[in-house]
Amino acid sequence: MNGPHDLGGQMGLGPVAPEQDEPIFHAAWEKRALGLTLCAGAMGAWNIDESRHARENRHPVDYLSSSYYEIWIKGLERLLTRHGFVSARDLGAGRAMDGAAQPKRVLQAGDVPAVLARGGPCDRPVPTPPRFKAGDRIVTRNFSPSGHTRLPRYARDKRGVVEAVREGFVFPDTNAHGGGENPQWVYTVVFDGREIWGDDADPTLTVSIDAWESYLEPV
Amino acid sequence: MAARVRALETILTQKGLIDPAAIDAIVDTYETKVGPRNGAKVVARAWTDPGFAGWLAKDATAAIASLGFTGRQGEHMQATFNTDETHNLVVCTLCSCYPWSVLGLPPVWYKAPPYRSRAVIDPRGVLAEFGLNLPANKKIRVWDSTAELRYLVVPQRPAGTEGWSEERLADLVTRDSMIGTGFALDPGRGSVAA
Repeated sequence: MNGPHDLGGQMGLGPVAPEQDEPIFHAAWEKRALGLTLCAGAMGAWNIDESRHARENRHPVDYLSSSYYEIWIKGLERLLTRHGFVSARDLGAGRAMDGAAQPKRVLQAGDVPAVLARGGPCDRPVPTPPRFKAGDRIVTRNFSPSGHTRLPRYARDKRGVVEAVREGFVFPDTNAHGGGENPQWVYTVVFDGREIWGDDADPTLTVSIDAWESYLEPV
Repeated sequence: MAARVRALETILTQKGLIDPAAIDAIVDTYETKVGPRNGAKVVARAWTDPGFAGWLAKDATAAIASLGFTGRQGEHMQATFNTDETHNLVVCTLCSCYPWSVLGLPPVWYKAPPYRSRAVIDPRGVLAEFGLNLPANKKIRVWDSTAELRYLVVPQRPAGTEGWSEERLADLVTRDSMIGTGFALDPGRGSVAA
């Protein structure tokens, strides 16, 4: 979706303002927000693409005025509600009022080290050979899907070069919406800064994205 | 927000959907075990062991795993090496993708709109805000983490560190130098060095 999360090249958002000696968390609730999000994800009811879409699919005013952990909690409430784990009555009361769907699993404290160390690899075999090879010239597709995509707006309809063929990866555009993993080859594609931003771009700049095969067409 | 998060934890705990002790274990992992010291060890090894550096360039996931660093948001790693010609900078314009297994949790600025919006269009301006001023002819390569690959920048080894041990070298490798918003520390001046 052409949402507020798709920030590359937007202006007026102010300085970066790095913080000296930044703490890992800025409030106790942020720790719980991180842990809750990971524990809830471990129930196995949704995938990382659906959760990313639950976070990004917000009104721009809300998205841009929320801290990142606030966005996580708002996204998590949406996912828990959608999948029948939490009801509006529960959230209104601040305690369990209604029953819940059955999770595939509940992450126990003792399993945390192994689960975090394993992660969630997204590489998958792709039955067809890669359509592109390193050095191929490509153009990215021009589209504006209303659902999830990982092709940023600034990199649509742009000419670039394939730098590397990576692996087959789960396709987020379908996986976020229950449409299956449909793995595709992923490529690192490099663009000249001027191709993206025009003649005033930094002449020393190149930008790369990692693009699923269906984002690309040969030139 | 504190009350809202507390309520959510209460609801999920009452329903038996989460184990609150698992939250503690997750927090402890990222507060005390997984952080930029991991990445610094990878970089220091690459600086001192050309064979490892070559492995890191070809198969970063395996090379990094050989040092014991694996897992969530580090399942598919790529390393990118700064050179005299090119400076590398990593961003996720669409969300907050970051190599947790080697750098820990991302800092707030990495996840916030100013950095995500500007890193791809005005990297020199962004770097200046971190106190980095690159020569005008230095090339800048920005890596937007749009898929499941996670990027680790290998900064250039500072001059004057010949013969240093890996452990000593690792102390020069800052988190920001592995994102591309910093250089490795200068051993002589205690400040940044190209």
